[in-house]
Amino acid sequence: MSRRGDVYGLLAEFGDPEGILEAVRRAREAGYRRMDAFTPFPVEGLAEELGFHRSAVPAVVLAGGLIGAAGGYLLQYWLNVVDYPINVGGRPLHSAPMFIIVTFELTILVAALFAVLGMLALNKLPMPYHPVFNVPDFALASTNRFFLAVEAADPRFDPVRTREFLQGLGAKGVWDVET
Amino acid sequence: MADETIPRVSGEGAAPVLVPGYTLRTVTDKISSIVIARKIPWTWWPGFGLSALALGVLVVSVAALFYWGVGIWGINRPVMWGFAITNFVWWIGIGHAGTLISAFLLLMRQQWRTSINRFAEAMTIFAVICAGLFPLLHLGRPQFFYWLFPYPSVYNVWPQFRSPLVWDVFAVSTYFTVSLLFWYVGLIPDFATLRDRATRRWVKAAYGVLSMGWRGSASHWKRFETAYLLLAGLATPLVISVHTVVSFDFSISLLPGWHSTIFPPYFVAGAIFSGFAMVITLTIPIRAAFKLHDFVTERHLDNMAKLLLTTGLIVAYGYLSETFMAWWGADPYESSMMKDRLEGIYGPVYWVVLACNVGVPQILWFAGARKNVPLLFVVALLINVGMWAERFVIVVQSLHRDFLPAAWHLYTPTFWDWATLVGSLGLFSTLMFLFVRFLPVISMSEMRALVHQRQGKADA
Repeated sequence: MSRRGDVYGLLAEFGDPEGILEAVRRAREAGYRRMDAFTPFPVEGLAEELGFHRSAVPAVVLAGGLIGAAGGYLLQYWLNVVDYPINVGGRPLHSAPMFIIVTFELTILVAALFAVLGMLALNKLPMPYHPVFNVPDFALASTNRFFLAVEAADPRFDPVRTREFLQGLGAKGVWDVET
Repeated sequence: MADETIPRVSGEGAAPVLVPGYTLRTVTDKISSIVIARKIPWTWWPGFGLSALALGVLVVSVAALFYWGVGIWGINRPVMWGFAITNFVWWIGIGHAGTLISAFLLLMRQQWRTSINRFAEAMTIFAVICAGLFPLLHLGRPQFFYWLFPYPSVYNVWPQFRSPLVWDVFAVSTYFTVSLLFWYVGLIPDFATLRDRATRRWVKAAYGVLSMGWRGSASHWKRFETAYLLLAGLATPLVISVHTVVSFDFSISLLPGWHSTIFPPYFVAGAIFSGFAMVITLTIPIRAAFKLHDFVTERHLDNMAKLLLTTGLIVAYGYLSETFMAWWGADPYESSMMKDRLEGIYGPVYWVVLACNVGVPQILWFAGARKNVPLLFVVALLINVGMWAERFVIVVQSLHRDFLPAAWHLYTPTFWDWATLVGSLGLFSTLMFLFVRFLPVISMSEMRALVHQRQGKADA
């Protein structure tokens, strides 16, 4: 929900990772909260500066691994012991050591699927459209430029004063972002 | 990602991981230009044409196999596995170095992996595709391949989970899926770069769809890095397990030459050994064709050559241990198998194995040999051949003489055996040629991070 209807916010362009880190820090100090930064490679500490500390990905992967392990073992137990037991040379039907490998493989498989799908879902991807793509210079965000977006939804957002503030941070350029 | 205080592995005099002077823009330009440019080096066309021709050989061989059945191969009783399983083990082993480079070296924070991990991963996926083909073709009734999976059927019978062959199905399909996921996740930011740089509309749209709308948000990168690292942590034990399971196909049986506890580690080392040989075989021509000498430096070749030597020594230990155990175990079947391996009809193949896998790599003790690119290429090729021959010896020589002389039989590969092998090489190289044309051969986002880290230092 943007206040002015057709404006998503402002986008400021920086030339190096140190510039964007400093800009985010100063904008946080100035009280801005609804911000996001876009960089061509992971910049250490940037997410933390933006107030993003803990990612849920590890928990999702752990859950996937546990589901895979339990599911894998129970699958084999149910199929070979309960549903259709086959006596092979009098060996025990519940032959736990023989079940280790498929259990292990399914642990890895489900954990990996959860890692990828979980990462994408938490990032709300795929998202083909996003307002920041409306700024032509944003194409450089995947090469060598670093961008800071301040959303119009931020309580402290003001089209004029926020623009001046961003220019004062040493931005190479500041653009209006249409929704 | 990588810590800046890592000591240099190869000492101060070694070549850099990245030739200095590159910026975020130039490094991206150079790699993306290979994909986006309308022109590619002319050498691509004859290479691709030849590969496509070999792929055609595969199509014909598979068609012939489906029409006439596995009888067109040289397999018989007792040598039922023949070329099919030899090729399966060889191909799947080749894949292992790709995962090792992308996952294990990431966990070890080895910066030199950055410029080779992408095509090493591609190699893994294509090698696993080739590998997966052979057990299916070898089924005899390949149209029923899905019987391998536990699905509810009218027969009510389920797969037998105490059989290594079922373990194989799970290990290989998991390996393929996880390798593909790992590869794709690493490609997402690069798809975004290609999307932003493409000029033609449909090219932009295609990369746009593949990039899933990646925009490089800080929190996205954070989750991306966590997921990528966890995938690496999952892929590392997985890769060890895959060739362990492949070795169980052999060692769980009672056959002399197969029934041995050394098999799992020996197979894993052999897989990494042959895989690194294949990575070197691919790196050298790709680097020359696309002039990537600044990104894939002497340092990379030197490091890979050292790994080749190391894993080669482990494989040599495996050979030694097998031979020693045949003598020490005093089992008449085991010792006659070993005698036949050294002196029997397939003896010359085993001597080729020893020459290529134990003899040839020793030259890599010399720094001069590791820096000599043509020599390294020849060494890698010979190791590829040697490792294929090793699997041939394990499969065919062990099988052709088991316990009862009445059951002994020789195995001679037929025209179709060779055609299928050549065809699988064609499939592999066709996929590889398409890969270098349509996807970035080096990870651009990781290279940008590397450029940034390097700028922090006194330009190493």
